[in-house]
Amino acid sequence: MTVKRLFKDPYNIIIAGVGGQGNVMASRMLSNILVHKGYNITIGETFGASQRGGSVMSHIRVSSLSSWSPQMPKGKADVVVTLEPIEAIRVLAGYGNPAVKVLTNTRAIYPAGVIAGNLSYPTFDEIRETLKKLSSRVWFIDATDEAVKLGNSILGNIIMIGALSTVDDLPVGRDDFKEILSRILPAEKMDDNLKAFDLGVAMMKK
Amino acid sequence: MSYLTDTKEGASYLVMGNEAIVRGALEAGVNVASGYPGTPSSEIIESLSTVARERNLYVEWSVNEKVALEVAAAASFSKLRSLCAMKQNGVNVASDFLLHLAGSGTRGGFVLVACDDPGALSSVNEGESRYFARLMEIPLLEPGTFQEAKDMTRWAFELSEELKQIVVVRSVTRMSHASGNITFGKLTDKKRIAEFKFDGLILDPDAGIVISVPVAWKHQQQQEKIKKAQEIFEDSPFNTYEGAENPDLLLVTSSACYLYSKEAIAVLGVEDRVGLLKIGTTWPLPPRLMAKHLSRTDRVMVVEEVLPFLEENLKILAAEKAAEIGIKTFYGKNDGTIPMTEELNPDLVIAALKTVMGIDYNSVPDEYTRAAQSSVVSSAPVREQVFCPGCPHRASFFSIHNALEMDGRKGFVCGDIGCYSMGIGATGFRSIKTLHSMGSGTGIASGFGKLGQFGMNQPILAVCGDSTFYHSVIPALVNAVHNRSNLTLVVLDNNGTAMTGFQPHPGLDCNVLGEAVPPIDIARICEAIGARVEIRDPFELENTRETLNELIEDASGVKVLIMRKACALSPQRKHKKDYTVYVDQDLCWGEKCGCGRFCTRIFGCPGLIWNEAKQKAEIDEVICTGCGVCADICPQGAIKREEAA
Repeated sequence: MTVKRLFKDPYNIIIAGVGGQGNVMASRMLSNILVHKGYNITIGETFGASQRGGSVMSHIRVSSLSSWSPQMPKGKADVVVTLEPIEAIRVLAGYGNPAVKVLTNTRAIYPAGVIAGNLSYPTFDEIRETLKKLSSRVWFIDATDEAVKLGNSILGNIIMIGALSTVDDLPVGRDDFKEILSRILPAEKMDDNLKAFDLGVAMMKK
Repeated sequence: MSYLTDTKEGASYLVMGNEAIVRGALEAGVNVASGYPGTPSSEIIESLSTVARERNLYVEWSVNEKVALEVAAAASFSKLRSLCAMKQNGVNVASDFLLHLAGSGTRGGFVLVACDDPGALSSVNEGESRYFARLMEIPLLEPGTFQEAKDMTRWAFELSEELKQIVVVRSVTRMSHASGNITFGKLTDKKRIAEFKFDGLILDPDAGIVISVPVAWKHQQQQEKIKKAQEIFEDSPFNTYEGAENPDLLLVTSSACYLYSKEAIAVLGVEDRVGLLKIGTTWPLPPRLMAKHLSRTDRVMVVEEVLPFLEENLKILAAEKAAEIGIKTFYGKNDGTIPMTEELNPDLVIAALKTVMGIDYNSVPDEYTRAAQSSVVSSAPVREQVFCPGCPHRASFFSIHNALEMDGRKGFVCGDIGCYSMGIGATGFRSIKTLHSMGSGTGIASGFGKLGQFGMNQPILAVCGDSTFYHSVIPALVNAVHNRSNLTLVVLDNNGTAMTGFQPHPGLDCNVLGEAVPPIDIARICEAIGARVEIRDPFELENTRETLNELIEDASGVKVLIMRKACALSPQRKHKKDYTVYVDQDLCWGEKCGCGRFCTRIFGCPGLIWNEAKQKAEIDEVICTGCGVCADICPQGAIKREEAA
């Protein structure tokens, strides 16, 4: 199979968030689509702490040539997708660069220190300004809020994947997504997931 | 059918490193697999269990790693192929039997997969299992890519059978838990019949009894096996070289560090100046092959995790071959070029290469880095790990903390390994004061509980999880009762090995294959050992606290309190809310209440949030699991719970 060369090789994607948000599932789904399309994929994931409110991050390296390290070098992210807004800032401090693009869910999950009142959580305006300053382009997506309307907050991760599919001509379309879904999900869950994906695509076109 | 049993040779799948190891074992025709759960190794046994019926395997979660190794050894002694998987700590546990096994030798192919955790991403240490290979005098292989994880595991069974010796495949977290696409090989259809032969001559390796005696003779046999392995490794395809014939620097590496090194060389664009030697057969090193590569250059850098295992073995070899290959300058752990703690990554290798090669490189403008880092400090509050919303351990530690405060004698908790290790931090109310290996909480408490004659008057508590109880607490409990120690053991029974993903343990009535099995009751074991036993629901806070205080005051010996409540993420509780919880905004007085924001500041469940604007507590509907415990801690009665429909 001849595989279309991406505009950058390896193309580096980071998906980040907080344990329990479906981060790992999102990175698997996206990566399976890309493998299906013939790309070499390496995923590096934060495990273990993932269900205990900690920050989690997946590095996805996409290449038409070879496999790469499961940890990407500093400053090498091409696109960052986060399921929680301050996690976007955290990721950029390690892997951002002036050309990076950022897609972030707007729904906050407060760290324990913030809930306890020992730390403060920035305002949305502060987050927006910071992310604008640290990226070439940033999109704010109300993914969790929309997912709650769909009846399941976890679908926020799929809305974000839908949104990501519109960036940088990634070879990820609705049909590819449907194909991978049909392999891993029971049929009754297909509709909601497809709706979430479409919603993500639509939200980017606004 | 799982894709792991796809019979199509050449099929390509995205797999986790652990799954690649599983596919390799299936291609080798593994018959028996055992282990004890531990991150990052757990998916190996889990994945094998999902294909057990289809491939006619026997798979079990054993009670601990030593027993797991013994179970798998029986299969090998019966000419079957067997695999045993565990994390680095598990190899320590299994090492007692491993030394004997290395002496007696094996029959059917026997592979020990040891998954180390450099950087302790999911551990409380970064122990190295590689040294066991040298200590036990058995061969060690380390995959450098996902494809190799599969191919090497498959080959390890052949090697083991050829040598009649157990072979170690060592993975690391970034190999086991990272994923990549690999190409599948052929699944074998070879059927094996289990038969244990024992009536041949005593020294007959195929038909005699299996024993490491006569020791000197067997030990010599063992060393001949390792020499044979060394000879085989000279031509191994798992040792590869990329780069110039005579590079400025030879980089020698193994494991996931190969991928970091490859990336660092590419980022710096020094492919023509730095030669990359990847070693898959790390112990024993093949001397002729190593000498050939060492001859290429005068400067050698070794990149590995965590301790300088490869580096030091290579240096011995270089000293022995010095007359032939000349004197080398080494860079690595011992001279500080590469850190000797924590896991590596491409950036650490880039930094080392920059220094050694004298290269100037900056991945992003300094100005950007400064701005990004100061933004983290100002706008991204640290996210510390906490007990999950609805976690029974938060409630248990809340009661333990309150009971100890009420007692007032500076009592403390000896901790153990599991989710509840977080009892050391804020969400466990900083109750845990010692934390070592599994089962050690009770063992250490057994010791503390004997210090009364030296004037110790502090109440002694130990905590352990249900899986840990079977793993290694039982002998410590026997010790404590028999020696009349005075302590209270709290068994945090959340109905499964929760930390690693709900693997079943001997307390449950079904095994990893989903078959009905006899559950072993913790309370009855403790009673049989001779301890006083109480059982409580940790969500019943007051009752639990009162019981704890009574047990702490009872100075008659060993008391056990079983706190029984399934984990919030367990199959029986996940996505099921017992209660709909809300904060009555009229009743919540916020800071004016005088409670000191007990719910959010002290209890600290992530399902509770503090609304800064309204100055009142709220429930985060997306996060709350509906356990309803917080309704009991609000002094104002503002947190309400209603039975969920």
